[in-house]
Amino acid sequence: MCDSCGCGDPHKVSLDVQERILSVNDRAARHNREHFAAAGVLAVNLMGSPGAGKTAVLEATARQLAGRRRLGAIAGDLETDRDAQRLRAAGVPAAAITTGSACHLDAEMVHAALDRVAWRELDYLFVENVGNLVCPAVYDLGQAVNVVALSLTEGEDKPLKYPVMFRKADLVLLTKLDLLPHLDVQVEAVRDALARVMPDLALTPVSARSGAGVAEWIAWLEARRAGLVRGVAAHGHVHAHPHA
Amino acid sequence: MHEYSLVAALTRKAEEEARAHHATAVTCLRVKLGALAGVEPELLASAFTLCREGLLAGAALEIRNVAAAWACPRCEAAFPTGAVLRCAACGLPARLVSGDELLLEQIEMEVP
Repeated sequence: MCDSCGCGDPHKVSLDVQERILSVNDRAARHNREHFAAAGVLAVNLMGSPGAGKTAVLEATARQLAGRRRLGAIAGDLETDRDAQRLRAAGVPAAAITTGSACHLDAEMVHAALDRVAWRELDYLFVENVGNLVCPAVYDLGQAVNVVALSLTEGEDKPLKYPVMFRKADLVLLTKLDLLPHLDVQVEAVRDALARVMPDLALTPVSARSGAGVAEWIAWLEARRAGLVRGVAAHGHVHAHPHA
Repeated sequence: MHEYSLVAALTRKAEEEARAHHATAVTCLRVKLGALAGVEPELLASAFTLCREGLLAGAALEIRNVAAAWACPRCEAAFPTGAVLRCAACGLPARLVSGDELLLEQIEMEVP
């Protein structure tokens, strides 16, 4: 019986649901997360604008960790597998997800792409999201950490304009640091803007070109990975499951 | 423009519930939307109007907007809009109290 407007119509029912609209994606993300954690793979959701330097950061990461850690990647783009090609050229096994018109990756897409990367063998799985400062932040992929690449050239006000993504970031990489002498942007102004949208502010300026800051970024990653590996050791076992 | 994929998730969920309850039509969906959910209410509404069909063809979408609210996890002091999100007194990062909701709250339907 209708009790919402008080009309008492016996053919109207009001059903209380109180469920996340993205609950199906959340479930898929949880599934991914359990697998990554059990296998001791640190999954990194790397987000940022088109051209922020996400792929360049991963190339620099691969150069630094070559021979020490096993990296893999899933790269999302509307069209082409160019990013995946660049990553493979940098020695990182990479699968491309071509979304067509979708502006973000979701947990199902990532799960499907896992068949194309030997992810169980990895220390790090980087999911390079579609270049976009809005939509990717809405979809949980099952990552352990969210990293946002923000390039100096985008200007210091971007965190204030796109608070949703920066709120969810565990770390913001301020990329293209080598361009600092040519720009009017101040790193401290970026930090101040971030502090107003990201409660536990973490900002690392980097330059993929000069290598500045890359060691700090790697140290941050390694600390996260150490935490994950300790968690796996405490859990005591790894689940078998028929993925790649 | 992820609002279309959100509407697809929303209508699928509502349709499942409607079918489970043998509804003949869904008249209204009530959605709670936080300011930091990353969704534009107007875009969600227009995507819904374009995509509703079947049991939901005549359904209305009511969106309840929720403002972002931050508080210190220790002293519970609230943060004014635009403030640095770290408590000056306690030194702790602010906790989001509300504003990231993306919820289907209620479905209103007609049953035989």
